[in-house]
Amino acid sequence: MNTKNTDDIIALSEELRWKIGDDFHDNLAESIYSDASKIVEDVVSKGDKKSKFRLDAKIDNIVTSRIWGFPIMLFILGFVLWLTIIGANYPSSMLASLLLDNIHPILKIFGTSVGFPWWLNGFLFDGVYLAVAWVVAVMLPPMAIFFPLFTLLEDFGYLPRVAFNMDNLFKKAGAHGKQALTMSMGFGCNAAGVVATRIIDSPRERLIAIITNNFSLCNGRWPTQILLATIFIGAVVPASYSSFASLLAVVGIAVLGIFFMFFFSWALSKTVLKGEVSTFNLELPPYRPPVFWKTIYTSLIDRTLIVLWRAVVFAAPAGALIWLISNIFIGDQSIASWTVHSLDGFGFLLGLNGVILLAYIVAIPANEIVIPTILMLTVMVTGVSGGAGNGVMFELDSVTATANILKSGGWTLLTAVNVMLFSLLHNPCSTTIYTIYKETNNLKWTVVASILPVIAGFIITFLVTQIWRIFI
Amino acid sequence: MENKAKSACDTCTHFNADGIKKLGVKTDDFDFVVAFAGNPNTGKSTVFNALTGLRQHTGNWPGKTVIRAEGAFEYNEQKFKLVDLPGTYSLLSTSEDEEVARNFILFGKPTVTVIVVDASRLERNLNLVLQILEITNNAVLCLNLIDEAERNNIKIDIRILAKDLGIPVVPTSARFQKGIPELIQTISELANGKILCKPRRIKNIPQNIENSVKELSDKLEKEYPNILNSRWIAIRLLEGDTQIIEALKTGKIATNEY
Repeated sequence: MNTKNTDDIIALSEELRWKIGDDFHDNLAESIYSDASKIVEDVVSKGDKKSKFRLDAKIDNIVTSRIWGFPIMLFILGFVLWLTIIGANYPSSMLASLLLDNIHPILKIFGTSVGFPWWLNGFLFDGVYLAVAWVVAVMLPPMAIFFPLFTLLEDFGYLPRVAFNMDNLFKKAGAHGKQALTMSMGFGCNAAGVVATRIIDSPRERLIAIITNNFSLCNGRWPTQILLATIFIGAVVPASYSSFASLLAVVGIAVLGIFFMFFFSWALSKTVLKGEVSTFNLELPPYRPPVFWKTIYTSLIDRTLIVLWRAVVFAAPAGALIWLISNIFIGDQSIASWTVHSLDGFGFLLGLNGVILLAYIVAIPANEIVIPTILMLTVMVTGVSGGAGNGVMFELDSVTATANILKSGGWTLLTAVNVMLFSLLHNPCSTTIYTIYKETNNLKWTVVASILPVIAGFIITFLVTQIWRIFI
Repeated sequence: MENKAKSACDTCTHFNADGIKKLGVKTDDFDFVVAFAGNPNTGKSTVFNALTGLRQHTGNWPGKTVIRAEGAFEYNEQKFKLVDLPGTYSLLSTSEDEEVARNFILFGKPTVTVIVVDASRLERNLNLVLQILEITNNAVLCLNLIDEAERNNIKIDIRILAKDLGIPVVPTSARFQKGIPELIQTISELANGKILCKPRRIKNIPQNIENSVKELSDKLEKEYPNILNSRWIAIRLLEGDTQIIEALKTGKIATNEY
């Protein structure tokens, strides 16, 4: 190869570029378009019937209208959650009674019969097994309902409409309209939402989308919200309204998350991530009736089982860790109770307690295990009878049993509200943090994305608690 | 067009259903590389899944594929590695996904490029098709979502389209597994040189540009006699594509063995 000739070619291209002028790109694009339209003229014939397009347009007029767009979005979100809350109850309690009431004692007996020492028996079956069983019983049913419903909506083509509705708000917040899509993905899993930000071209807007994705309530946190709302929020209204009240509370938290997402997007774009908002064309794809069973199948395989597996993988060592810190004593106190007591003071300021704070530290790998950890630690600290010993999770086959433990741990309505808020506003799980690092390749932004929500959580719960204690 | 490219119909032998094996992600030891390009939201990933037996998630929103997915299938004892490129409307701009798609088709040297289009939106989709046909000689048009087009009373003359574009055209409805055997058969025939394409090149370019492109591409062909897409490279040079200039300097362009 001759370098001189290559240089000649490049030089010639520069000379020619100068000669043909600025409109080269436009002229070329125009030629392509006119070529395309000429081909289509010969090849495509359209009938008069355009009913489907008209139907699409009609649906779009309603779901993206100024008046109805947002109420319909809230209604759909509420409906999906309602189905999840109502539908998950029965399979959840069936699974719990199977895994916890039936299989657990068998395992314990098996352990004793083959001569496991007490600590191995406890470590394996009270620690690892119970944590895993809890996660399966509590998480599998809501996920198996929520994810397929969400995927059906996605396949139907609703998500781009959500993006269209919210585009203006994002623009006002200085962020990219496509962030609506990544935010929606975050409702399933924040790590997936962070990966999805690749659809945003501008690095500035992409960073905003990554940092604020954690404000989308993820799958690991929905069960916490639903459980606490059912126990505490549902209880303050007459029984006939209780499921509606808990539903409103959960939707309220999700909407609050969206509000914080906008607030922090705005704050970031006005301070450290200043810049122009880029424009883009969002194509509203035609509505497509989802291939129902295939969608159900793939969403179960792709999302539910993968997320569940992740939860199990993290729950097992966490269960083991909880059992260990509850059973290793320094002086006359276990490590767990020592930590709980030293966190209690700070917890009180936030309207939380040491148990909850410790649970959030233990649960960094997976949000899914926050509630089981809280229950286990509460049992240990308060010494409520009925448990099988230190660091053993309760056999929680009913919501009432969970409620009793939490109340015996000193929980009030305020505690529940604060845990719901803190569940929304705390650090992302370790998988998401790792994903953020991989996507940004930048330690500083990873730290910002991890710390920012916790600080927000501290401030919000502190304010709520102080105001609550003054007025109520 | 004197040397008419054979359309899929001309060469259709009975599809050998026993010869197909979907290999999922097992992409090693392949005989051919097949690239998947197309506009966003044309069901590219669905076609890709149908061929590979993979169940990577698909969604009805543009820009769903953010990672370059790979998969494979085996047909008549030949292994085809499939690469699902990000959906783009064009290959002319500087955005990241367009660069990925453009560079893969140019430098990744796929044996066959499958261009997936939405049959109901053919005109807009052809924009990308015509650009890809400037880059590669071996391509097949996958006219996807044909069921939707039929429902909307859009009729497409597939034979004339194949003749105009100079590549085989296969109508499919990947969501319902329709047309997939024909697509596999066509990919296999293209890869084995049983169908020869004579891809359409962009016409109606203003004379002064056409002259410049010609001057440049002649010079490129003189320097690199085995280059097949000198016209596209000339266009990219006029556009000032730094990666093309780099490829010229490092000699990467010259090693193209199409």
